Amino acid sequence: MKRLVRKKISSISFGIFSPKQVVEASTAKIVTPELYDREGYPVDGGLMDLRLGVIDPGLRCKIDGGKLKESFGHFGYIELARPVVHIKFVRTILDILRSTCKSCGHILIPVENAKRYMAILDKVGEELGFEARRRKIKVIVAKYRAKDKCPHCSAKQGKIKLSKPYNYYEDEIRLSPIEVRARLEKIPEEDLPIFGFKSGEFRPEWLVLTIMQIPPVTMRPSITLESGERSEDDLTHKLGDIVRINQRLFENINAGAPEVIIEDLWDLLQYHVTTFFDNAIAQLPPARHRGGQVLKTLANRISSKDGRIRHNLAGKRTDFSARTVISPDPLIGVNEVGVPELMAQSLTVPERVTEWNKEYLRKFVVNGPKKYPGANYIIKPDGKRKTITNETKDEILEELDVDYVVERHLLNGDIALFNRQPSLHRMSMMCHRVKVLPGKTFRLNPAVCNPYNADFDGDEMNLHIPQTEEARSEALILMLVETQLMSPRSGLSIVGCIQDAITGNYLLTKELVMSREEAINLLFSCGVQDFSTLANKEKVNGKEIFSVLLPKDFNFKGKDKSGNDVEIVNGELNSGIMDKANLGQESGLMLRNIYEKYGPSYTATFLGQISKLGIGVLSRRGFSIGLADVDLSDEAMEEIREVVRKAEEEAYKLIDMYSEGKLEALPGRSLHETVELRILEALNKARNKGGDIGMRQTKENAALVMARSGSRGNALYIAQMTAVVGQQSLRGKRISSGYKQRTLSYFKKNDLSPAARGFIKNNFKSGLTPYEFFFGAMTGRDALMDTALRTPKSGYLYRRLSNAMQDLKVNYDGTVRDASSKIVQFVYGEDGLDVSKTKGGELDVQKAVESAIEGKK
Amino acid sequence: MKKEHQDIIDQYSEILPPYILGQIDQYLPSSSTKVQVEKVLSKVIEAFETAKVNPGECVGLVSAESIGEPGTQMTLNTFHLAGVAEVQVTTGLPRIIEIFDAQKSIKTPMMEIYLKDSHNSVDAVRKFAAKIKSTLFGEFAKEYSLDIFDQKLQVLLNKEFLADHEITAKDLAKSIKLKSKGFVIVVEDDRIIFEHKGKPEEIKELYNLKNKIRLVKVKGLKGITQVLPVKRGEKYLVLTAGTNLKDVLDLPEVDVTRTTSNDIHEVYSVLGVEAARQIIINEVFKVIESQGLNVDLRHIMLVADIMCVGGNIKGITRYGVVSEKASVLARASFETPVKHIINAALEGEVDYLTSVVENVMINQPVPLGTGLPGLITKLK
Repeated sequence: MKRLVRKKISSISFGIFSPKQVVEASTAKIVTPELYDREGYPVDGGLMDLRLGVIDPGLRCKIDGGKLKESFGHFGYIELARPVVHIKFVRTILDILRSTCKSCGHILIPVENAKRYMAILDKVGEELGFEARRRKIKVIVAKYRAKDKCPHCSAKQGKIKLSKPYNYYEDEIRLSPIEVRARLEKIPEEDLPIFGFKSGEFRPEWLVLTIMQIPPVTMRPSITLESGERSEDDLTHKLGDIVRINQRLFENINAGAPEVIIEDLWDLLQYHVTTFFDNAIAQLPPARHRGGQVLKTLANRISSKDGRIRHNLAGKRTDFSARTVISPDPLIGVNEVGVPELMAQSLTVPERVTEWNKEYLRKFVVNGPKKYPGANYIIKPDGKRKTITNETKDEILEELDVDYVVERHLLNGDIALFNRQPSLHRMSMMCHRVKVLPGKTFRLNPAVCNPYNADFDGDEMNLHIPQTEEARSEALILMLVETQLMSPRSGLSIVGCIQDAITGNYLLTKELVMSREEAINLLFSCGVQDFSTLANKEKVNGKEIFSVLLPKDFNFKGKDKSGNDVEIVNGELNSGIMDKANLGQESGLMLRNIYEKYGPSYTATFLGQISKLGIGVLSRRGFSIGLADVDLSDEAMEEIREVVRKAEEEAYKLIDMYSEGKLEALPGRSLHETVELRILEALNKARNKGGDIGMRQTKENAALVMARSGSRGNALYIAQMTAVVGQQSLRGKRISSGYKQRTLSYFKKNDLSPAARGFIKNNFKSGLTPYEFFFGAMTGRDALMDTALRTPKSGYLYRRLSNAMQDLKVNYDGTVRDASSKIVQFVYGEDGLDVSKTKGGELDVQKAVESAIEGKK
Repeated sequence: MKKEHQDIIDQYSEILPPYILGQIDQYLPSSSTKVQVEKVLSKVIEAFETAKVNPGECVGLVSAESIGEPGTQMTLNTFHLAGVAEVQVTTGLPRIIEIFDAQKSIKTPMMEIYLKDSHNSVDAVRKFAAKIKSTLFGEFAKEYSLDIFDQKLQVLLNKEFLADHEITAKDLAKSIKLKSKGFVIVVEDDRIIFEHKGKPEEIKELYNLKNKIRLVKVKGLKGITQVLPVKRGEKYLVLTAGTNLKDVLDLPEVDVTRTTSNDIHEVYSVLGVEAARQIIINEVFKVIESQGLNVDLRHIMLVADIMCVGGNIKGITRYGVVSEKASVLARASFETPVKHIINAALEGEVDYLTSVVENVMINQPVPLGTGLPGLITKLK
């Protein structure tokens, strides 16, 4: 077996190559713009030279002999006929030119002051960065510039200007790159540290290119189209331009062509070299393909979201992953994920063959890749991988022995990471245990929808299978659903019962009574097998059934959603109703107590059991809604209509007063605002009153139960269905614009009446008039727009925050430090507590005190 | 609370934070014995130690997630303050962005001015509010009339308004003297007349004068455009739109210990970086609370700390906190990568790969959490 050599990169240095280094590091000098000869073989000295690496199958690199994908590629170089300025260093060169003498090259600071300024500059450089240092030099030099003379040789200094993008002028006379380079060469070595450059490793004249490095072909592979035609990479195109112009320039210079022609070619060379580095310079027209498409050159490859850094380096792709639509399955555990069998056959887990599991693993190989549970590959001890097929199967079975690795299909109980984008917090990727199920979707327990922020309207999620023991154990210990029940954001539980599970438990603990048989049947369906704790009576009530699930030494005192006491003594629910306040997510007070006392894994099972109980109750009892449920008696309807009519009357009265000028303005408000406010107030009051009448009249129905238990909806929704929908408002005001001085063309101009400003007096059952419907649509769209505008904004804020803070960690001494060990906080959060280990951000002192005192008794 | 209990508890002030000791104090039954107290303390210490953060915990990222994740649930709208139409309050996501950007000028600068106990009455607060509100000359003027023939500008004043503010036309004229150089000012009962000194010039100048004097501050403190006296609990306080912390703190009526501004940079320049950090925490917390979200204070503290750690305020932008990072690759992975790489090359920077992204880039374990300890197993 090949011995692996593990090396760790300890640092990466950045710097600038000298022309000499470029030549030394190169394997080929490029002299011709031709790419391939007539046979399609790369030309020597061309841009696809075989010494630069290979991108064609079958060919070998001339330097390292490697085939395609074996050879990394090598750099080459071209000698430029005339020097050109590197576009990315234009500003640096300008700053250097301005602050050094044109004749002696010294920095324009008197020798006696140099030391003092050096200290200042070092400080600026350290505090504000490298660029600030250069700016500071400019300020210092400007002081001496006023004299116009070099403090060293007294030569008169010209005024240097930059004509963007890359031409320098001194007193209106152009400085050619040759002259610029000559000046930079004059700068003495001892002046470089003042600029913050490292002397010995850097010379300013290197910023003007005389030799250009050619990237290896492997960095710019060409694509062979279906027609057999080759399509070259953008970089190759650009390099071709450079080489072509460079050759022409050489020829013209050698032929002694007139200066004008040389200048023109020189400019063109400068342009091509510039756009090779960066094709998005403001003052330059970008280089284009023949079709007009802008070329993507070096700088454009690196930057932006789909550039090299953010797309390839900071974000990587992975094997052993899967993605499909999700659907709910309340009957699997909260820490399980249902994986389709088809996926389980192509996602594999490597398992090493030992003396003890040899027979067990052989079975997978016998089944092969087509039959579940089988295996797809084996890995021999020498690292070679073998596919299992019907042909190879017998041979593999023969040789399979200790130290082989079998990549077997996914089995129940395997570890998987489950994730849904956007991954906004750490609970967006949790570890689940695999449960292979028929069908083609991922199945998850609806209780974990909240941390993933998932629903089942077509959401897709990703699954990853860890391949090593380290990864598996880390996932299991740190990322398992149970361990993530408490949110590190607030210290409250983030997983809890939802919807039917709450409704079911609410009904059960509130009113249901059933025969013992039924109760046992129900409990068995949620996984209880020991019924000795169930009251031995003909008829058992819901509270007694619920109590069977509770641990026998559990005590709890709390409140339910409507504020009544809930009391659990020794695992018996004595009084109170189980609703959202005790079971729901982000509240779940009872669940949290269970979590604290019995730990994560118990809580997960418990949660699974009570969800199943709730759902079981509902499916046995039945839970449905019909149109008759939102019916009101005629008297009630009449009463509501009366209330609305009165409110409208009041509104009209206010409008009359307003138009007659009798209305008194509220302090700090204009007259118009006052009337608006008072109408709004009157109408809202009417809606609430109407709603109350409706609620009073509504019989016990499913919607009401859901609202009371907190599982879905609230009283307002019911009121809107049965009584009045109410005022539609945009940004806290009545709807006021749309057409000129009116909301819809149906109304008269300047109509302030309730109906004309978005008051919906109908209810959803009776149906809305067309204009009422429009008002409803208006507010609906406003809400949509708000969300659409907000998402990118908050996304960017999140990216900035996480980028700024990702290096902060707690050290062994308890301090919070950043990557360069700078202390940010001496104690995390001023007390060193982990929010997810606390109760809503606070240590439960009361409980600790009580338990200590009680323990004594 | 019995004295001996207090004494025992005090011994633990090094180990437990004061607020926890306070809570022990509160929950401890007064009948408990000395042994019990000690048992309670050891129990609390045990609970405290188990709830501590683990070394290597990436608290920064957890905080960023905790604040970034509910960002999608915040509104974009601004609201009016307590019934005053002119006073708007930026809340929700825009305000959070404003704070974290450490923007120099914020959309709705505001102050909460508390008064000393001696001034805690409706009248005193009203009077104080009127005093600090900056009133412009234009607010006193009822009518401007340009006399083209005589080259005069006549300003008719609102008498009631003058009386309200206890100002006479003469005081008014005095306050605009500086801005109306080159004009003779004649004050009549309820009007002020401006005349050219000497040579008559273009009418345009008179017109310019009108626009100029309109914006002259006559009274109050600069920048405070609106005042609103309110009662909060037993205390009367003045809310203002516009801030001028420095001048307000100089006033004798003001309770200096509680008066604040929501402008971070202003607080920083007046009261220093610690105060600014507290303002960041308070303001962010206020927004998050008003949106009905639940984010632990510790997360906000950490963000505030990283913004203030250098002794000055830095926003969470490519110019602020991110530019401070030691690693070239970490900076480059955020924004403007080419610029960072070019500068690193010029400077000859070395990246020692101590933070997260660089290690992700080169496929090495990150120095956080389980990637932190260098554990070596000793084989027998």
